Amino acid sequence: MIEVRHLTKKYGNHIAVDDLSFTIDKGVIYGFLGPNGAGKSTTMNIITGCLGATAGEVLIDGHSIAEEPLAAKKLIGYLPEMPPVYMDMTPDEYLRFIMQARKIPAAERAGHLKTVMEKTRITEVKDRLIRNLSKGYRQRVGIAQALIGDPEIIILDEPTVGLDPAQIIEIRELIRELGQDHTIVLSSHILSEVQAVCDSIMIISGGRLVASDTAENLTALFAGKTTLKLEIRAGREQAEKVLNKVEGIDHTDWYAGDENTVRADIHPTDDQDLRERIFRAFAEADLPLLEMTRIRASLEDVFIELTGAEASPDPAGGDSSGNRKNKKAEKNKDPETDPSKEADDK
Amino acid sequence: MIAVLRRELGSYFKGVLGYLLAAFLLVFAGIYTMAYNLSGYCNNFEYVLDAISFIYLIAVPIISMRSLAEERKQKTDQLLYALPVRLSAVVIGKYLGMLCVLLLPVGIMSLYPLLLSRWGTISFANAYGALFAFFLLGASLLAIGLFISSITESQVAAAIITLLAMLLLYFMSGLASFVSTDSSASLIALCVLALIFAVILQILTKNPIISIGVGAAAVTALFAWHAADPDVFSGLFPEMMNAVSVFERFETFVGGVFDLTAIVYYLSVIAVFLFLTVQSMEKRRWSE
Repeated sequence: MIEVRHLTKKYGNHIAVDDLSFTIDKGVIYGFLGPNGAGKSTTMNIITGCLGATAGEVLIDGHSIAEEPLAAKKLIGYLPEMPPVYMDMTPDEYLRFIMQARKIPAAERAGHLKTVMEKTRITEVKDRLIRNLSKGYRQRVGIAQALIGDPEIIILDEPTVGLDPAQIIEIRELIRELGQDHTIVLSSHILSEVQAVCDSIMIISGGRLVASDTAENLTALFAGKTTLKLEIRAGREQAEKVLNKVEGIDHTDWYAGDENTVRADIHPTDDQDLRERIFRAFAEADLPLLEMTRIRASLEDVFIELTGAEASPDPAGGDSSGNRKNKKAEKNKDPETDPSKEADDK
Repeated sequence: MIAVLRRELGSYFKGVLGYLLAAFLLVFAGIYTMAYNLSGYCNNFEYVLDAISFIYLIAVPIISMRSLAEERKQKTDQLLYALPVRLSAVVIGKYLGMLCVLLLPVGIMSLYPLLLSRWGTISFANAYGALFAFFLLGASLLAIGLFISSITESQVAAAIITLLAMLLLYFMSGLASFVSTDSSASLIALCVLALIFAVILQILTKNPIISIGVGAAAVTALFAWHAADPDVFSGLFPEMMNAVSVFERFETFVGGVFDLTAIVYYLSVIAVFLFLTVQSMEKRRWSE
């Protein structure tokens, strides 16, 4: 459906998009994920023909956006970061204008307008000036605009920004519903959103594609990296002696606990469950194991690792896991990050 | 194109702006008609048009300032880029919208000669020829205003730059008569123009080699030419100033001459500035 080949965009000396290539298949909901300034909006603007690329090409269903812009643009409905609505029009007038510009046959307009307004739930505000609408409604009018003409591809740049939680859920449902018969690309810097609606996730960082896979696969990539958090009432040496007897431990990070206790983060070698072995080992040594928690790597960890500091040059399942492990160890040394991460994800 | 035109018309006439402008033009047309034709017992409606041509200085910036600058500011230009519509169609649609705003008062003014003919003999050919030229003058000024609006991001900047451009054009022929016809004076003036052009080039391309190169080449060429044939330069600069004076062309119509070259001149100005507007919108896609 969409083919992006070696796309590069430079603003003066700043490289916003760096040799980006990917393919978007029909009927799939894609999520562009990346920190602010990663090049998501720039990429979307180039795909939709709003921006010229410095190098590379974009094919929409075989039509190059640079060579045959009209044929390509007909297939795309686009909601830019700021909903491009005219403040001095009502949603009704505005959508009629879009229908006219998109050359919808006059006979179909009334019916189509009604469907789109119902889908985006703006029927009740259709005769109010857009200037007087709230940000949420403006955003919906923007989405409605992207649906006019029922384009095969719908590209939404941060569609839920500025909406309240109830509206966000509503819009997500709408996107999922649309995804049944459209190809959808949406961008977000909110991970849970992408996780909730998208079939496939592309993580972009520094203008490069660092990972592209389904949410499950991306998480699975790091599922092996579970960590066991222990708290033991013993000295560090005693505990270390016990753990040395347990097989399957890659390495252990130690922290000082309260009085008479010690804390340890255990990183297993493979994806094996060490909980029972560790329990028995401490039981044998007659040392009280006060706490044992298993922490799985979440998609959030994947995201942070892939986009953090220096993004690894090869996408996804690369062999730089040694490097990743170290970073992970560092991260886990700071126990503060964990609860906040969980909260964000929910 | 039709869709854009209709949107533009909506935005001008749903609010008060379109009517206000029409009223503004008609107030002046009325005052001068009363003074010249009714009180002054003069049967030339074209003198009225000549006298009120200065209101374009104010009317044109007001009509054109918002058209593209506002789109850019509100980021609605992204919609225009994303829609399956040619940019040339968008620009022409916008331009026709502005022409309609102008057409309303001009249409009403076209009734004046008819009314006046009740009390005396009016040369309809002269009056309507001049009215047509008056409209074309406005149309070409609007094209310039549209272009200026396309290169700025704020309405205020667009309005001020357009006003300055209109003032310059309005006083151009008057200024031309003060400029020395001496050949070395023309040379200096042209060199200054070449340097200004080089500075603009530098701003647009940000490539010092090209801009300095073009500027130096132009200045050298001018000096070489001047050394070879200084006579060409005598009176050249004032002539050039007269050539770009859009208002000056209108005077011939007021004198009762239907000047076809002037019509072609106006149409060319319109075509050139609409083309430049499309190019400036096209360029924005690349450097934004």
